[in-house]
Amino acid sequence: MEELFLSRNFKIENGHTLPVYESGGGYQRLKKALNMDSATIIDEVKKSNLRGRGGAGFPTGVKWGFMPKESELPKYLTVNADEGEPGTFKDRYIMELDPHLLIEGCIITAWTLGLRYGYIYVRGELQFAIRRLEAAIKEAYAKGYLGQKIQGKDFDFDLYVHPSGGAYICGEETGMIEGLEGKPGQPRMKPPFPAVVGAFNAPTLVNNVETIAAIPWIIERGGEWWASMGIEKNGGPKLYGLSGHIKKPGVYEAPSGVSVRELLEDYGGGMLDGSDLKGYIPGGSSCRVMLPDTLDALMGFESMREAGSSLGTGCITFMDHTTCMVRIAGRLAHFYHHESCGQCTPCREGSGWATKVLDQIENGNGRMEDLDLLLDICDNIEGNTICALGDSISIPVRSYVELFTQEFEDHIRRKGCPFPAWSLRSSASTRAEAVAGAE
Amino acid sequence: MALAFSEESEAKFNELVSRYPNTRAALLPALFLAQEEFGWISVEVMDYLAERLELPPSQVLTTATFYTMYNKQPVGKCHVQVCTTLSCAFRGGYELLERFEDRLGIKRGESTPDGNWTLTEVECLASCGSAPMFQLTDSKGNMEYFEDLDSEEKFETVVKELESRLPNLPDPRDMH
Repeated sequence: MEELFLSRNFKIENGHTLPVYESGGGYQRLKKALNMDSATIIDEVKKSNLRGRGGAGFPTGVKWGFMPKESELPKYLTVNADEGEPGTFKDRYIMELDPHLLIEGCIITAWTLGLRYGYIYVRGELQFAIRRLEAAIKEAYAKGYLGQKIQGKDFDFDLYVHPSGGAYICGEETGMIEGLEGKPGQPRMKPPFPAVVGAFNAPTLVNNVETIAAIPWIIERGGEWWASMGIEKNGGPKLYGLSGHIKKPGVYEAPSGVSVRELLEDYGGGMLDGSDLKGYIPGGSSCRVMLPDTLDALMGFESMREAGSSLGTGCITFMDHTTCMVRIAGRLAHFYHHESCGQCTPCREGSGWATKVLDQIENGNGRMEDLDLLLDICDNIEGNTICALGDSISIPVRSYVELFTQEFEDHIRRKGCPFPAWSLRSSASTRAEAVAGAE
Repeated sequence: MALAFSEESEAKFNELVSRYPNTRAALLPALFLAQEEFGWISVEVMDYLAERLELPPSQVLTTATFYTMYNKQPVGKCHVQVCTTLSCAFRGGYELLERFEDRLGIKRGESTPDGNWTLTEVECLASCGSAPMFQLTDSKGNMEYFEDLDSEEKFETVVKELESRLPNLPDPRDMH
């Protein structure tokens, strides 16, 4: 993209500090928003076609509309920064390299919906991001952007960082709220939805980091402008994290609806030398795996569904011809087994069972009937759990079995895996070079 | 020995508690603070936090044992956590883990007897574009990502750097 928005400050020296952020127009959008009324702002957000960027893709403006206007208890903003979906690493960059963009977005959101307190729920491993955010919040308080009577308005808003303790499940919105309340991150039954009963029993808005980071831009240039950088129902520039067997892994900004092929070739530098694309996961490991014949699919929620998978977080993992799909399925099942919170039997037991069956096939002890068994386990998990983590096991596992049936059968017939071990695959780029810079 | 926060931690603790409408919500950050101060989260530490936050000890126990970052056993001065989830596995995550095993003379999940190192295999750390990588947590509670470790030289440079830090780090086993 010619002009960058979500990653504008990534490569600017001291872009994470308040003076640099302000010199690029930062916090002017807050001042503008403070002179707009709530209904107008919500309308702009609706017009922008901004969709939840944590992976679910719910229209942000509609979600905002669910927040009750009146409440006896103070209303809360919780920003989901528990980025943990394998293959996903975009929110981390916003928090580390442009924390004020997120903070300005939080304040505008709070103004719009009358939220009194905000918590940015960051996974505990991201200590660097936590420190950057806390320093930025301190700067914002000192300038009167946070606290009481913000910019002279009848508007109080306090913002804090809450570190998680290491649990993938806290990326699920109600698991996150449990973690905010100091409890084990075991998701709640819905309804009631967080907008009605959320953190501390009060109405609570839950939005992803990248979603909130879009808000200042929508205020500055309008919802229609944001929507114009995208396709139908999917508005605005987006951060795409590209990883796997490609030349230039990294985080890149491109419009919504860019094709997978463009991301791979124009941004990611193509596959590693000598590597042929075998498959890719479009938006985090809980999505169905895709075959190379879908490379022209557009990165939108509807278009990816039509192409046979889902957009998810928009962070793509590319896999080359040396990749064993049985091993991938087993590794992912292991991940979800490790991260299951243990509340629901189908998820807790099914994920462990699937892992054992997949490892057995990979290690040469598989039986032909195991393929039906795997699908049967998936059937019994899907839709039978409190939260979506159960589906996050069954959806990908099913896709590997269905799309690579022959490879599974081959493992069983030859009693072992024909693919090479995982190995170190180097590429020229390093993080500093690859962030947000298309060729 | 009765536990007590240092003056500095006490101030941080009070500030943490002030961020939330109730004391229980301060538990996750308070556990990190306690781990920094006391080296690891023993039952004694949990009881201390329960008392300070006015919570039943069982609530502290269920939370401390649910999350992976609270060490319920002492770890080494340098806790090396190597990611081996997909994107890292594709770029040498397992080899990095094996390099550490060879270099430190321990298997994943183990600590060196001198209390200097613990090696753990962990799941995705949101560093997929800079694989292979590991996270270091030292016994002062500092965390750091070491990324793009795709050669023996880079690995050696990092290990030597960490070795030079060891003399200045307390042994978590002696911290309470």
